[in-house]
Amino acid sequence: MRTHKVLSRSVGVVLLVVGVIVFAAQFDLAEATVGQPAQDEFVPLDSVPPEDQLPAAPLLVAAYALLWIAVVGYLWSIWRRMVAVERDLSDLAGRTGES
Amino acid sequence: MSKIFGGLLVISAVMFAGAPILIAGAPYESTMGLVQKIFYFHVPSWIVMFLAVFICGFSSAIYLFKERPAADRLAVASAELAVLFGLMGLMTGPLWAIKAWGVWWQWDARLTMALILELIFIAYILLRTYGGPGSEKLAAGLALFGMANVPFVYISVNVWRTIHPTTNVIPTLATSAPGMFGPFVWCMVAFLVLFVAMLTARLRLEEQRSRLEQLHLALEG
Repeated sequence: MRTHKVLSRSVGVVLLVVGVIVFAAQFDLAEATVGQPAQDEFVPLDSVPPEDQLPAAPLLVAAYALLWIAVVGYLWSIWRRMVAVERDLSDLAGRTGES
Repeated sequence: MSKIFGGLLVISAVMFAGAPILIAGAPYESTMGLVQKIFYFHVPSWIVMFLAVFICGFSSAIYLFKERPAADRLAVASAELAVLFGLMGLMTGPLWAIKAWGVWWQWDARLTMALILELIFIAYILLRTYGGPGSEKLAAGLALFGMANVPFVYISVNVWRTIHPTTNVIPTLATSAPGMFGPFVWCMVAFLVLFVAMLTARLRLEEQRSRLEQLHLALEG
């Protein structure tokens, strides 16, 4: 049961991370294609034009955001585990005091 | 403990808050441009990961040969942090690579060995979580192998053909790009302070768990 919970959480986190990366990487590209006039011929080009190249800023922001998510998530997990252990300790201390 | 943890966390938070200002002011790298600025968090996360691996490895050796429970607790705490900081490196690396190399991932020596190192410490944690009684010593052995992997990961970029930058970049940064050196040192210190803060908190958790276990044993006995 615990394994299942851990696995489902891990899958959730991985999906979230992938989603954020894909979203951040595609955002500017999607915006650039909206509102262009219809083409009636193709003009060949030897290299990818600068405006079609992958933008760096969303990648940079995504990298820093993922870092922060990891740090905050980990601190939160330590806090949760600490609260659970402290609760068990006080329960046990109460029981040993009674006996 | 909470005072030390709180103090370190505040220092690292202040440093991380100031980091984007310094990074924004740092010069652009000539071939990679803006995306190269991921470097200021990517490299410190791997350096801290290596530090965590060494702490875990040496603590595991002490636990294996001297059987000191405190060393085992330190090993567990640092193994978890090794996975965390390794994950940061593995997340930020592909975001840099897709722009700089045109691919998210490359199965070259550096990247593959770094991934293996991360997997070894994920295996360590899984072993400690689900391994049952006696898994402490098995995990300690695994940590020693993980630590032995670090020098290979480090020199891999110099020995094998790879598109990853070589180890020469950091030692020469102060002379080749002084404008990048200051922000890098700032971020490095911020990561180290954050690591010590997290290690303090995680170690405290492990100590409390150990206390709980001893109380359970005393109650049963």
